[in-house]
Parts: sequence; C-alpha cells; structure tokens
Amino acid sequence: MSGLLSFMSFVICVALVGAAWVAIRSTSLPMAILAAGLVSLLASLMFLILAAPDVAMTEAAIGCGLTTFLFFFVLGRVRGGEHD
Amino acid sequence: MVDLLIYLAASLAGMAFILAMIRFVIGPGVSDRIVAFDVVTIVAITVIIITALEEDRVVYLDVALVYALLSFLGVIVVARYLERGF
Amino acid sequence: MKTLLDVIGALFLVAGTSFLFLGGLGLIRMPDLFNRIQSGTKATTLGTILTLIGATFLRPEWGIKLSLIGLFLLFTNPLSSQVLARAAHRIGVEKSAKTKVDLLVEPPGDPR
Repeated sequence: MSGLLSFMSFVICVALVGAAWVAIRSTSLPMAILAAGLVSLLASLMFLILAAPDVAMTEAAIGCGLTTFLFFFVLGRVRGGEHD
Repeated sequence: MVDLLIYLAASLAGMAFILAMIRFVIGPGVSDRIVAFDVVTIVAITVIIITALEEDRVVYLDVALVYALLSFLGVIVVARYLERGF
Repeated sequence: MKTLLDVIGALFLVAGTSFLFLGGLGLIRMPDLFNRIQSGTKATTLGTILTLIGATFLRPEWGIKLSLIGLFLLFTNPLSSQVLARAAHRIGVEKSAKTKVDLLVEPPGDPR
C-alpha cells in the first residue's frame, strides 16, 4: 500500500469513528439512522482501498442505500400509530 | 511533478472530507446532517477516482458509478420522510 | 506529449479538489441551511466534474466510463438539492437574519 492510500485510509478511519460516535450518542432517531448509513458508506470506501471492489459495491448498495431506505420507510409507518 | 500534484489533490480532498464530517458531527438539525451526508458522498466519488488512478485498475470506477446513483436515492428518501412521513 | 497530457490532467485534478475543499469550507462557515445547500452542492458538482476531466486526461482509455459518471452526477445532483431545499422550506427551517426576500412564501391576505 502506497503512502497516499495509507493517508486516505487514516482519514477515512477517523471519519468512521466520528460517524459511529454520532450514531450512538444522538437522541433523535432519524439522525441515528443517517449516521449508521454514513458508517456503512465509509466502511465501503475502506473495503475499496483494501482492494475488494465487489464487496465495496455490495456494501454501498445494500448497507447505505437499501438499509437507510427501509429504516426511514418503517419509521414513517410506525410514527403515528405505535402502541404504548 | 505529476505525483506531487496528485498528492496535493488527495490532501485537498481529505480536508474537504474532514470539514464535511465536522459539519455532520456538530450540525444542529437533521437537515444539516443530510447536506453533510450528500457532500461526503460526492467527495467519496473523487476519493475513489484518485484511488483508481493510483492503483491503475479500471474496475474501481464501477463503485463510483454506484455511489453517483446512491447519493441521489438517499437524499430523496430522507427529504420525503421529512416532508410527509411516507 | 504524454508528459504534457499528464501534467494538464494533474492540474485539473488539483483545481477540482480545491473546489471540493472550498465547498467543505462553505459548509462550515455559512450561516443557515439554504446557504449550506448552495455551497455544498454547486461547488462540489463543479469540483467533481473537473476531477473527472483531469482523470480523462491522465488515462484517456477510461473516458467512456468517466463521462458516464459525470452524466449521472449532472442529472442527479441538482435534483437532490432542489428536493432537499423544498422539504426544508416546507417543514419551516429557520432562515438567517440577513434574508431579504423569500418568494416562495405567500403574503397573508393579499391574493395576487
């Protein structure tokens, strides 16, 4: 791994920890879902730098796209009529 | 010369990444965080292109294509949730 | 000739990423959400397009795929920013104190 790629992976790891901190500490539910999607996106970048482009593509499509979409869909359905 | 310029480009993209992440962490509302999410996705496309240039593999550009489609979908979903709640 | 194309491509890369950096700086320093949308979408779109042009100069055989990425960006990026700004205006995000005119809000009791 060259110097440029190790610099980029350092930056991405710092950003990954920041996004995970937001996902744990935030009090509002949409914020936490968004931060979880950002964690997935940065993990996909990390997979790409570690030379696994197919895993990165799957992670970006499912972890960042489909999971965020599904969580927001369910949150919008549940918000009006949840019991107790 | 060319290697030095590519290093400069990578460090500028990394600084943009860090600034968008700062806005994501301190942003007061959900909307500010969505804007920061969008900017992080767009900067990630540039990071992927620089990685592909460095490793000299054309396969990495497919991931950039997926990203260019996905940022659109995520922002549309969140904006629709904020506006109407599905 | 090859070296000249490489230098031109690397200069395009540096120009594009400096626009990305300015977009990130505007994301930090702008006062309210609408200005942040403005700086976070326009500047980063221009920066990404310049980066794609620079990568095309560096590797001319990747041109088709890079232009496809640029086409998708040009289609989807303004659309997402417009949808986000409309949603933010409808749920009533507070504007900056320096806002002079807001043409989207209807004047009360004055149907024109």
